[in-house]
Amino acid sequence: MSLSLLALAFGDLFPNGIEHYALGGLFVGLGVAVIYLGTAIPAGASTFLESTLSYASSLSRFQQYHPSRDWRVVFTLGIVAGAFVYAATFQSGFVSSSLHQPATTGEFLEVGGLTLWLTEVQPWRLFLGGVLIGIGTRLGKGCTSGHGVCGVGSASGASFVGVATFLLIAIGVAQLVAALGVSL
Amino acid sequence: MSAEHEQHPLFLPLVFVGGLIFGFGLGFSHMAQPEVVLNFLQFDDFGLLFVMFGAAAVTGITFFGIKQFRSTAPLTGAVYGRRLKTLDKNVVVGGGIFGVGWGLSGICPGAAYASLGVGNITILYGIAGMFVGAYLQGYWRSTSAESDAPAAAAD
Repeated sequence: MSLSLLALAFGDLFPNGIEHYALGGLFVGLGVAVIYLGTAIPAGASTFLESTLSYASSLSRFQQYHPSRDWRVVFTLGIVAGAFVYAATFQSGFVSSSLHQPATTGEFLEVGGLTLWLTEVQPWRLFLGGVLIGIGTRLGKGCTSGHGVCGVGSASGASFVGVATFLLIAIGVAQLVAALGVSL
Repeated sequence: MSAEHEQHPLFLPLVFVGGLIFGFGLGFSHMAQPEVVLNFLQFDDFGLLFVMFGAAAVTGITFFGIKQFRSTAPLTGAVYGRRLKTLDKNVVVGGGIFGVGWGLSGICPGAAYASLGVGNITILYGIAGMFVGAYLQGYWRSTSAESDAPAAAAD
């Protein structure tokens, strides 16, 4: 009985299974690992925001990232391209696997044989959230990849504190937004 | 200031390949969908934990394991070492502000770039917002006569 109860609870916690989450996470970690092995740089995603501003602004706050700004643009283009590879294979149905889960959220758009995916989260939430993310990740020295993946992987105390802070606050805000009836 | 990639012709290609794998993983794990992240934050689907900690496990093994075999990286000559960020008030205040934005929107920087790749052009509102926010904090911190130590190379 305990086993089936456990299975029930598990299904409740993970209604879409765990395989695609775990496999995707391994790929995310592998991407960071490949760059680290070649360069000794633990690459995070949010410094790109400031380093790219150094092309347009002479503020020293952005110019300090001048030496890394080119590769950070390349890293970001790689992320966009990698997600596009996913879209052009699994998302469009040209490649399939039992480990893959089709999307159950948002809406699909067929364009020239490809299946694109579009969010239904309101633009104002994306923009306002984006502004807060731009301020918070740069002030807080990292985001879900810099603190969450690289920092936790390095057993960094500052990153554990950063992750605990943004995770708990985000849970509170997301629950509040849902309770207020802001629908997706 | 010299660019970090001047040393080796394979530097930028390797960074691109790393980004490619990273972005594919975010697409495959549905982290490019803000709805899935919001479902996690609202306790409807805890799968995100497998993504974040699965990735952290791979990087952790890599970061600590490579030091058993080599001391410097082939493409940069840089030493494999822990570049720990200092824990100060900014980590908590910034993390809190980031948390509000993450909880409101379901997006974060890496997942937002990946979201563009899966076709979600609506995410450009979010990415534009991130640049506005990054600029605002840089402007405020440049103008307020802050005596903080120079910011660590954060990610």
